[in-house]
Amino acid sequence: MTTTTQSADATSAPAVGETVLDARGVTMRFGGLTAVRDVNLTVNSGEIVGLIGPNGAGKTTFFNCLTGLYVPTEGEVRYKGQVLPPTSYKVTNAGIARTFQNIRLFHNMTVLENVLVGRHTRMKQGLWAALLRLPGFKKTEAEAEQRAMELLEFIGLQDKAQHLAKNLPYGEQRKLEIARALASDPGLILLDEPTAGMNPQETRAAEELIFKIRDMGVAVLVIEHDMRFIFNLCDRVAVLVQGQKLIEGDSATVQGDERVIAAYLGEPVESEAAPAPAPAAEEAPETPEADGTDEAPADEAPSDDAPADEDEAPAAEAEAPADEAPADEAPSDEASDADESSEDAAEETDEAPSEDTPSEDTKHDPASGKENDA
Amino acid sequence: MTTISENSTAPAAPEPAVATGLIGFVPVGIARALTLGGGILSVASCFTAWTWTPRFPGDLTFYGSPGGLQMQVLVTGLLTTLFALSSYGVKGTRWLTPAGGDAALKLAALANFAIAWFTVGAISVTLGGPVNLEPGGAIVALASLLALLGALALPFERPKVLPVDPEDTGWDQFKHRAGNGWDSFKAAFATAPVRRLPSMHSSVEILIITGILAVALGVFTYGIGTEYDELFLGFLITAGLGFAAVNKSGLMQQAAQLTKKHQNLSIAGAFTAAALFPFTQTDDQYATLGVYILIFATVALGLNIVVGLAGLLDLGYVAFLGVGAYAAALVSGAPTSPFGVHLPFWAAILVGAGASLVFGVLIGAPTLRLRGDYLAIVTLGFGEIFRIAVMNTDGTSGPDITNGSNGIASIPNLNILGFDFGAEHVIAGFTIGRFANYFFLMLLIMAVVVLVFRRSGNSRIGRAWVAIREDETAALAMGINGFRVKLIAFALGASLAGLAGTVQAHVTYTVTPEQYLFAGPIPPNSAFLLAAVVLGGMGTMSGPLVGASLLFLIPNKLQFMGEYQLLAFGVALILLMRFRPEGMIANRRNQLEFHEKDETPATLAKAGA
Repeated sequence: MTTTTQSADATSAPAVGETVLDARGVTMRFGGLTAVRDVNLTVNSGEIVGLIGPNGAGKTTFFNCLTGLYVPTEGEVRYKGQVLPPTSYKVTNAGIARTFQNIRLFHNMTVLENVLVGRHTRMKQGLWAALLRLPGFKKTEAEAEQRAMELLEFIGLQDKAQHLAKNLPYGEQRKLEIARALASDPGLILLDEPTAGMNPQETRAAEELIFKIRDMGVAVLVIEHDMRFIFNLCDRVAVLVQGQKLIEGDSATVQGDERVIAAYLGEPVESEAAPAPAPAAEEAPETPEADGTDEAPADEAPSDDAPADEDEAPAAEAEAPADEAPADEAPSDEASDADESSEDAAEETDEAPSEDTPSEDTKHDPASGKENDA
Repeated sequence: MTTISENSTAPAAPEPAVATGLIGFVPVGIARALTLGGGILSVASCFTAWTWTPRFPGDLTFYGSPGGLQMQVLVTGLLTTLFALSSYGVKGTRWLTPAGGDAALKLAALANFAIAWFTVGAISVTLGGPVNLEPGGAIVALASLLALLGALALPFERPKVLPVDPEDTGWDQFKHRAGNGWDSFKAAFATAPVRRLPSMHSSVEILIITGILAVALGVFTYGIGTEYDELFLGFLITAGLGFAAVNKSGLMQQAAQLTKKHQNLSIAGAFTAAALFPFTQTDDQYATLGVYILIFATVALGLNIVVGLAGLLDLGYVAFLGVGAYAAALVSGAPTSPFGVHLPFWAAILVGAGASLVFGVLIGAPTLRLRGDYLAIVTLGFGEIFRIAVMNTDGTSGPDITNGSNGIASIPNLNILGFDFGAEHVIAGFTIGRFANYFFLMLLIMAVVVLVFRRSGNSRIGRAWVAIREDETAALAMGINGFRVKLIAFALGASLAGLAGTVQAHVTYTVTPEQYLFAGPIPPNSAFLLAAVVLGGMGTMSGPLVGASLLFLIPNKLQFMGEYQLLAFGVALILLMRFRPEGMIANRRNQLEFHEKDETPATLAKAGA
């Protein structure tokens, strides 16, 4: 798994170039409330861009503006140079597909049918073709079915093609939603919290899946609360706070930015040396020079605190992911982190041996891992 | 439970501690013997006289030839006997109960008991006391009772129940006990998984399908031809409980497997069987019922596209039938039509369907952009507006188009390629009357609607309909033009209703506004159409057909219920929705939910037969 991730990074790197999505000055007002204010964002082909922000920051609203569910009050959204029409289905037709924060599958349709529905815009057979079985109807249907099955194989659900979508386990529903979105052959896919409610293992699998999607030539814009996930995954990260874009840049820039820390944790009371004692109180042994960024997810989504703490937390805490996932995954994350930020890399190379040791004797100390998961 | 039926000599079930019958004190061996004996005795007693006077309808005074209700007792008695033999494991009868014999046997015995006691009761009430029963009547009552007692004493695996909490209030304890009792009761009728059908040559399978269709035609013909209330009520009891028994035996699932395997053939066969119906009749009396049922069922199936597939609640659907009927009547050359034109049928049918289509688009275009219940309200309004507008365009309060409440009368019979639908024809020695002619025409129209339903449902547009019904926002995000797709469904449904309306105008001679109500005692009306769809099973093909047949036959046959018809109908609908919300014929998707582990993907991709 490690190797695939790294090779993926290598191959796709030169592909970055052409601007796929270009949102300029997008503002969305609901009455007196401005949910999104003057946000600019570009996504280039071959890129994975993350969008983070505290709850209520307007991330999903911004997504809805991009996909035509909302018509932005001001600003415009361009897809490959074309201004997008403000209608949901036309946006999909143009080449932007999306998933939803709360899974919105067609529950009473089979898995295969769900993907076939996603294929809707790429098929042109109308009612008459269906009724009269015009020439080409069967061929088109067969092709669509074949493509859908390919996608199901891509996400690993080919054996459940005839199951009802609602009977799938949660993680597979998330995957199916992604497959359904991919069925429209998009140039850009918007993922709204693709790993919400997933365990670390599933999150890791989702990460791999998104890398694979990027390698297919689909640009990805992803909203997530899981910071570790985002910083592993994304080439660039934009932070949205109270409807405004605070900062955009690579992981290191974003992680180091004081305003981001402030947005997540509140203004520091003292100087930067001790950024936020309150949320970190539960993690007793805190290294004094830790920067607060990594506590941010701890505040946002407590279940993720264990993985996020890896840089400064003592060995017992870093075990948590290693406890559940195969041991080789921990280094893989460090590796991808290392690509992204030199600072972190330095820190982590320091820590790497110390982490390897506990991951070997994980079994000796399972209790602490569970503690962290709970 | 399967093991019991296979090894009846061993009285103990696998878990003797929990496996007891609903009636506890009868030993298993005796119980089973009692059921078998009761069944045989019931069959035998059908060949004796049950009453001394022919005053009871059906004349049950003969020895040796069962008549009227006796026939029904005979059928249930035979069913009980056969299932009992099968539960003994007698060679040659085991195929009857692929899902274990006991549950089927219990229901068969119940059916036998119900119909026997219904008959005996009816004789006693009609003739003024049980004294009018001949010994045969007494025997059948006793025999069916014994069979039922025996069947209920058959052991079953009791479910684990939760003990009552003594600290609960009396009412809660009562509810709890009632719930436990109900669970046990349900468990008494639980079945084992159905055995797989042995692989057969496809010609044998086709032969079996033919047999099933023949039985279905026979049951339908019998039901439609019942001459008096007792017989029809008896038919409902027999058919309902008998059907349940056969269903429990697992035969129904096996039949469904077969028909799914040969789906096109089964549908063609069903149409052939339906086309044979007029040939089973000596006069036109029941062909009339047949053609009205067909009209009703066709319109219900059209509504099923709108409601069942696309999820658009249309409460004024009958108006589209009316538009089609009026359009056809106006161009039919009827003397009361203000247009003196007489178009040939193919043109009339286009006019009818076209007019409905136009109205469908007119109603749909402004409302389908909205979500939620607006459409229901607008269609409800449209249904009434249509009726009142037609009522008022009589020349006094409006332009003279539709002749007001008198309607357009004396619509001439159709004449297609020299075939006069008004006249009797003799085909192969059978006299085919006027209504039978229309029956065939209507069958053709229904075939068109079935084709439309199947083909559109299983295509890009059909999937889009279902997707919109499931989650409109997600469907839009999948690139489906929601408004357009919904409008297509709505307009298609409307024009199919118009199609049926063109024939209806000719069948009924007269079209009046009062034929197209929102709710009324006589189907088709909007409420009954919707009920037929919901009752039969939304989104299925056969569901609305079954629902429509029942909803038409029951009010038609049970005239004595009169005023209480709608009340009884409402109660029945509530009960059905409480206990079987998916309708009588479950959607393949609902079925899928219960048969998740079955690996039959190839057959599941088709619409329900």
